[in-house]
Amino acid sequence: MSAFSAIGEGQEIDQNEYTPGLEPQATWCPGCGDFGVLKALKGASAELGLSPEEILLTTGIGCSGKLNSYFDSYGFHTIHGRSLPVARAAKLANPGLEVIAAGGDGDGYGIGGNHFMHTARENHDMTYIVFNNEIFGLTKGQTSPTSPKGHKSKTQPHGNAKEPLRPLSLSLTSGASYIARTAAVNPNQAKEIIIEAMEHDGFAHIDFLTQCPTWNKDARQYVPYIDVNESDDYDFDKTDRRSAAEMMAETEDALHEGKVLTGRFYVDENRPSYGQEKRAIGEMPEQPLAERYFDDSYEWERSADLFLDKHK
Amino acid sequence: MTNNELIWRIAGGSGDGIASTSQNFAKALMRSGLDVFTHRHYPSRIRGGHTYTEIRASAEPVKSRGDGYNFLLALGDSFARNPKEGSVYGNEEIKPLSENLDELHEGGVIIYDSGLLDASEIDDFDARVEENNWHVYDIDLRTMAREQGREVMRNTAGVGATCALAGIELEWIEELMTDAMPEKILEPNLEILHNAYNKVLDEYDVDEHDVKVPEGSHDEEQVLLSGSDAIAYGSLDEGCRFIAGYPMTPWTEVFTILCQNLPKVGGISEQVEDEIAAAALAIGASHAGVKAMSGSSGGGFALMSEPLGLAEMTETPVVLIEAMRAGPCTGMPTKPEQGDLEHVLYTSQGDSHRVVFAPGTVAEAYTQTRRAFEIAYEYQIPSIILYDQKLGGELVSVPASVLDEEPNPSLGSTLTEAELADAPHDETGKYSRFQHDVEDGVSPRSIPGQKGGRFLATGNEHTPEGHIEESPANRVAQMNRRLQKKEAIRADLAAQSESHQTYHGPDEATYGLMTYGSSQGTVEEAVDMLTDEGYSVKSLGVSDMAPYPVDEVSEFIESVDEVLVVEMNATAQFRGLTQKELGQYGEKLSSLLKYNGNPFEPLDITEGFKTKIVEDGELSGPETKFVPAAGD
Repeated sequence: MSAFSAIGEGQEIDQNEYTPGLEPQATWCPGCGDFGVLKALKGASAELGLSPEEILLTTGIGCSGKLNSYFDSYGFHTIHGRSLPVARAAKLANPGLEVIAAGGDGDGYGIGGNHFMHTARENHDMTYIVFNNEIFGLTKGQTSPTSPKGHKSKTQPHGNAKEPLRPLSLSLTSGASYIARTAAVNPNQAKEIIIEAMEHDGFAHIDFLTQCPTWNKDARQYVPYIDVNESDDYDFDKTDRRSAAEMMAETEDALHEGKVLTGRFYVDENRPSYGQEKRAIGEMPEQPLAERYFDDSYEWERSADLFLDKHK
Repeated sequence: MTNNELIWRIAGGSGDGIASTSQNFAKALMRSGLDVFTHRHYPSRIRGGHTYTEIRASAEPVKSRGDGYNFLLALGDSFARNPKEGSVYGNEEIKPLSENLDELHEGGVIIYDSGLLDASEIDDFDARVEENNWHVYDIDLRTMAREQGREVMRNTAGVGATCALAGIELEWIEELMTDAMPEKILEPNLEILHNAYNKVLDEYDVDEHDVKVPEGSHDEEQVLLSGSDAIAYGSLDEGCRFIAGYPMTPWTEVFTILCQNLPKVGGISEQVEDEIAAAALAIGASHAGVKAMSGSSGGGFALMSEPLGLAEMTETPVVLIEAMRAGPCTGMPTKPEQGDLEHVLYTSQGDSHRVVFAPGTVAEAYTQTRRAFEIAYEYQIPSIILYDQKLGGELVSVPASVLDEEPNPSLGSTLTEAELADAPHDETGKYSRFQHDVEDGVSPRSIPGQKGGRFLATGNEHTPEGHIEESPANRVAQMNRRLQKKEAIRADLAAQSESHQTYHGPDEATYGLMTYGSSQGTVEEAVDMLTDEGYSVKSLGVSDMAPYPVDEVSEFIESVDEVLVVEMNATAQFRGLTQKELGQYGEKLSSLLKYNGNPFEPLDITEGFKTKIVEDGELSGPETKFVPAAGD
């Protein structure tokens, strides 16, 4: 019998179940794109019939990190940039958990960029939502890794001399096996993409465009958006790495020309997740490791039995 | 310390097989009934460079490297690429012979490989040999090895020659080689061993010197263990089944042992992108209900500073291992030092605190690693094992019974689903994971996936349910509760039947020596030597760095007139900690420090004691220094 009975029950659940009974005062500004992520995440979780107690949502620091406060599940609000390493270890420790990590563009593409590359490379079975508002919001409007070139802020008074980072291309190069972009102004597509991401067996990265009405007034509201999978103007194969790469490059260029392209850009359903790879080489147990600590009948190994002989 | 001992030094270049050869040799001597202790000296490079391992073997207990040594096997650096005298590193090829002469005892034995080394390149070699009455055997080990197979096997030839000269029965070596070597290389190696042994017996009078292996016997079966082995095994026996890390010398040894062995027990090891990730992974795994650890050496541990604070604030149990090496910065990567004490005690922002143990011996490394896990999981606090290149790498014979312990996989203060049903929740069903008023400050945790246990873990200050909250009343209640754990742990440690602090020497002594961590054994040997010379002295080796054992140390200092505090660093960090914790005794304390990249030898300490405590004089050489205590 599982020590974690919230896992894998499968149930009818209303999306309001993910709203904390005592919902804290919202810290997001009116019109903030972050509300769109929260709504889409609740909708997707309900549609998948997930219990709040089988979800582990880890976040970083920033406005996006407040997601934990408004989404009722097991939560781990970590430190700046470190939601991914915490999340992926939890998934290895107990693969039954539905693990979702979330953070902003500074959190995920800046300070936590190394973890982003490596978590994608390892293809951990989890969902990663990046609230991309092309700005640092909580610290009041500094230029971020995705701010466009020339963007002026208090810390870049003469305009940003740097080209923005290309999140979709970086994700593809790093090894993510599901890569999509959606926008807060597009709640139905966002929900569908989050559902696909959670169902995907591997690292699913969603670059989620979240407008910041307070600190990024120059930026678009990310409308009108175009779904590249549905529009007849775009023809590419999302299961082909090269084709996807071209579409991503075009999408990243277009954003700064005022055209918001969204949709699924790369999907590889064949690549085994990291957990599957590790089990295949005998480096991860078949049963969730966390269960063992609650199993009174498990016979724990002793160093004396395992190793003493070779030291004699 | 005993005069009846063999201290054998095998010297060569990195890549010459010094480590494996010396390990086998040490084990052979252990099996023959002797206590052994090894000391490694090596550079931070893959090939070449002056490296040696010293094996001290005696029928009496040995707790330290010796004072100098009495038998040199100089293999020569077969990877030396720049043998010119004028180059930055000098003539590297000859170093295994030239660099080792200063510490060789009078009457000592030298075997050198005349196939690689030309002693005439050392200007005053002959004069020094005569002056010190050294017995020199120039043997062409290289050719001997080449005849049978490969040149690299010349270390086997050297061992054969050593056995002939030191009176070691070959069967001990043969048995070990048979255990350790695959068949393909075993035959030629055995051949070389015998050839060298017989050649020396045929060609030399092996009794012209008196450096011979002593005879001994053990009451109890022994095993040859390093500090790194002990830490790794202690972790496994405490139910640790998850490690994340990034390679860094000398921590890599513990990491490697666990990476190789965790899969055998259904555990998980992760080599990750950096040390920030490593610590964060350990926290993530522990949060999800697995006993987990990470670790590094100074520079990598610096990157763990912020995750360390996260573990403390979210009260996620985690054990970190810190293997010190000589700093600052990259410093001397393969050289021992005890200079990260303050780094480990005080890193991470705010009024943060943690548990830190610095084991003094290989056996203590095992028991204290286990205790570190137990406390981390019971009190939901980061625990750190602080050791160094010396303790991690030295192979020591210890009774096999040290490891003969039962496992303890308990997750500590963690609830089951059944227990959660009766535990306090808020009116919306969120579990009160961080309750204000709980015994010892410990509020039991739930694990994601458990029904009825959901809560928010956050590095922000938070309410009992984990909501971010900055009200003064909640802030003070949560701070006080977390800080309360420190005193509870201190009391818990004091109540244990065996203290982590190690006393040595007569109870009623006039003077004291104090040290922390891996210098303990050497200090104890110094106490024995001083006692034999008629001085009244005892020692205290302290392992509990945090919480500090205030009562035990006060009592020790009160019981003597004066204390010399011995540590391997330049700024007396342990003495500083002692003064901070005790707030007095400045007039009784002074420091003997060593930070030249080599661990203390017992004579460093006996000389320091006599010069400082007895004569109040100045030290003769630059190897060690005195520093007075601050204030009184």
